[in-house]
Amino acid sequence: MLEQLLQFVVTGITVGSTYALVGLGFALIYNASQVVNFAQGEFVMLGAMVAVSIVGAGAPLPVAVLGGVAATTLVGIALEKLAIEPARGASVITTIIITIGASILLRGVALLIWGKDIYALPHFSGEEPIAIGSATVLPQSLWVMGVAAVLVLAVRLFFDRTMLGKAVLACACNRTAAQLVGINVQLMLTLSYALSAMLGAVAGVLVAPIAFTSWDAGVMLGLKGFSAAILGGMGNPMGAVAGGLLLGLIESLGAGLLSSGYKDALAFLIILIVLVVRPSGIFGRAAVERV
Amino acid sequence: MKRLAGFYLFAVLVALLPVAFPHNYFVTVVGVTIGINAILAVSLNLFMGYAGQISLGHAAFFGVGAYASGILTTRYGVDPWLAMLAGLAASGLVAALIARPILRLHGHYLAMATLGFGIIVNIVMVEAEGLTGGPDGMTGIPPLPLLGRSIDTDLEWYAVVAVVLLFTVWVSLNIFDSRAGRALRAVHGSEIAARTLGVDTAAAKSNVFVLSALIASFAGSLFAHQQSFISPGSFGFFFSIELVTMVVLGGLGSTFGAVFGAVVLSLLPEVLVVLEDYEVLVFGAVLMLIMIFLPQGLFVGTVRALRGIVARRAEAPVAGEG
Amino acid sequence: MSGRRTFLKKASICVAAAGLLGLGGVQAAEPIRIGSVLSVTGPASFLGDPELKTLQMYVDEINAKGGIDGHKIELIHYDDGSDAKKAVNFVKRLIQRDKVHVIVGGTTSGASLAMIPEAEGAGVPFISLAGSVKIVEPVKKWVFKTPHTDKMAAAKIFEDMRRRGIKKVALISGSGGFDKSGRAESLALAPEYGIEIVADETYNNKDTDMTAQLTRIRATDAEAILNFGFGTGPAIVTKNARQLGIDLPLYQSHGVASKKFIELAGEAAEGVRLPAAALLVAEKLPDNDPQKPVLLAYKRKYEAKYGPVSTFGGHAYDGLFIALEAIDRANSLDRAKIRDEIERTRGFVGTGGVFNMSPEDHLGLDLSAFRMLEIRNGDWVLVE
Repeated sequence: MLEQLLQFVVTGITVGSTYALVGLGFALIYNASQVVNFAQGEFVMLGAMVAVSIVGAGAPLPVAVLGGVAATTLVGIALEKLAIEPARGASVITTIIITIGASILLRGVALLIWGKDIYALPHFSGEEPIAIGSATVLPQSLWVMGVAAVLVLAVRLFFDRTMLGKAVLACACNRTAAQLVGINVQLMLTLSYALSAMLGAVAGVLVAPIAFTSWDAGVMLGLKGFSAAILGGMGNPMGAVAGGLLLGLIESLGAGLLSSGYKDALAFLIILIVLVVRPSGIFGRAAVERV
Repeated sequence: MKRLAGFYLFAVLVALLPVAFPHNYFVTVVGVTIGINAILAVSLNLFMGYAGQISLGHAAFFGVGAYASGILTTRYGVDPWLAMLAGLAASGLVAALIARPILRLHGHYLAMATLGFGIIVNIVMVEAEGLTGGPDGMTGIPPLPLLGRSIDTDLEWYAVVAVVLLFTVWVSLNIFDSRAGRALRAVHGSEIAARTLGVDTAAAKSNVFVLSALIASFAGSLFAHQQSFISPGSFGFFFSIELVTMVVLGGLGSTFGAVFGAVVLSLLPEVLVVLEDYEVLVFGAVLMLIMIFLPQGLFVGTVRALRGIVARRAEAPVAGEG
Repeated sequence: MSGRRTFLKKASICVAAAGLLGLGGVQAAEPIRIGSVLSVTGPASFLGDPELKTLQMYVDEINAKGGIDGHKIELIHYDDGSDAKKAVNFVKRLIQRDKVHVIVGGTTSGASLAMIPEAEGAGVPFISLAGSVKIVEPVKKWVFKTPHTDKMAAAKIFEDMRRRGIKKVALISGSGGFDKSGRAESLALAPEYGIEIVADETYNNKDTDMTAQLTRIRATDAEAILNFGFGTGPAIVTKNARQLGIDLPLYQSHGVASKKFIELAGEAAEGVRLPAAALLVAEKLPDNDPQKPVLLAYKRKYEAKYGPVSTFGGHAYDGLFIALEAIDRANSLDRAKIRDEIERTRGFVGTGGVFNMSPEDHLGLDLSAFRMLEIRNGDWVLVE
């Protein structure tokens, strides 16, 4: 039993790290504009797909990874410039619908370019499982966990320690005030879309060797990433990671110990209970309403 | 009654369409789909547009109604109208139970909670195979008996759905101007301010949530009898998102906006189907373009623009929104 | 578009008037309208896509050769996006607006089951391309299908297990219609083969990791694992099983009968067994196999145009030609006559097997239509 438990935990952390990475992307854009970007999952898919194509063209894996991330970052910038910027002044809900439209559009584009096939990326450093006690883990999973850990620290440092990060946060707090103190609000928004597209693409290329990718692979990952970000407290990078890991653990322990059919229902039930107890997520601060 | 002028115009339009085009697929067949979607969008608008809340789980109540009708009529031989009532009772009860804890949440947290609720309901539909038939769904749901005959043809269904839609629209328009409607709009503006003015905001939100769930459940029962087949895919997360999109696309807070959004979003795939591989892409692009250039919504944005033109000509003040 | 439609409508009125005189000899004969609702996009698109390509390829080819007895074929198809709800409206559109003579399609079991009431109500022959046995059991007057049922797949797998002396099996399946139906049939059929199901795990079709479920299976005394699923799920199950060091025989269903599975699962796919239509091993069949020429012809034609074949496109081939041969035999576009002739299909050699339909059997395939394959060195090998 204990042996099994160890494997469930290892699996939970593996899966949770993926959710955490996707959740981080949500947190970034939310921090800059209070908008939930529903196209975040499509960034994950695009990063993986472009990388697959570059590998397919014969380039080495690191080039493909960089290419996938770079291309997706450009898409993120384009999304902000072409769709979010012209709709300036629109309500948050309208902006969210625009991102839903963008996610459908990006899926449509992927469908045209790559068709309906499922693709895989090669593993970064082999497929030989590594034993941790009685449990096993793939080297690729260690990559996911490691990169997730590095990126969350980087994002945290960015917001806490750099002027740029603080400027981004200032835009979300009060756009006019930010502008008055000389912050280029528009640039900050573009930056946040670029960064979160980049994060999404990184998640995509890391996961593609294990979980594969296809034109609609972003939907479920986006949903889980959103759940992770909310569970931890929207806008808090540490929260997104904690939320992601927790979600992964609940799913894996739920599947392992209770029922695999209802594991997702269990995960969402726990999220509901957490929200009822803590209405702003685990690490979220209670919102103050201005009258 | 200038206030309901739009309603009468709409009613005449709905009534004349099948008379003008009695055998048109887009009127009788797609019309029923549009009608059901419009009922759902109007009910969701009560909660989202009037009270300023958000729900990403509205399809769940639609599904509860449909499955209550489907399960009770096919497995237990219950009369369709009684089954429908049972569905309403179930939806109302569930909505009332979750309303208080969930509606304390705001913004994205509320979105997450309703989303989670919707997904849980959907998973039960997939997993409880013995009752629901699992992912393949259930077939053989009998037609709805009415006035001694059963509603079976597309035209008959059009009539039934049209009547329910008109009633829903009428209720929605009247709520807007009622005391309850004013309370809801106060909640929308600012919950704290509403509370200080003596509005029981929790009750206001909870009531409208239950009402909107009841309407959705009713639509679900109609849908089950009309299609005679239901499966979990029709009541999932994507459909919830689609409903929210209908409401926002037409114009949040406007009853006719919700109807209009439902018409556009239901017709679009039927029209775009000729584009084949480009369908998904074009659908996404159209959605984005509308929201970028008419952020208040297709219907509200257009009406405002028209009123602006009229007002400038007449040099008269712009009339209130309805 | 609309111009073409009105022309066709006018033409069809003329022909309908002349139709009473029989079909032969009518100039500018009425086209044979074949309607189709397929899941060309959405989760089931890997099934619907090759189906549509197959239909289009053969319809174009037949039309280029002048059609059938002077009748051109008009293929009218709609994409339900893997959504059964949309399929219902589209099948109404096919029947009411497009006035099709026969419907070939309905990619998923859900969509097909949803379309049945419409086809039955309007009296249109309907050949489904979906797997579930529920489509033809109990027999419905107007409904037929071409793919093997999940029940046959389970039977074929259990037969092979019995031959290998396997008595305890761990079942793992996805959450989709295909998966769940296969799971139910396996559970029901296992006792007949003296097999005990010692684990019954499920996963979501979009899950990225199944090690938790497989860890549970590892703790049982199962002698083999059976996975019903399609898409990424089975490939992940296969890889995860190897990652956990599980070396039990692994059986997959016909849902993974494509090269894609081998490509995705890689090394881990070695030794996996699955029941599949003969199409996958067309070249390896003995020369006296009656299906061989048909399979090779279809395979070469499809691969020259689109790339690797899948058995799913083959189902569309079977459906199309069963319909066309029935129309040819009926020598009429009367829907009832076409239906009767479809039911009289005997000895039709298709990609799925040799079809022998009857009033009691609207599928017409037996277990011999399935071949047991094993994956060795990245390719399929016939085990029998």
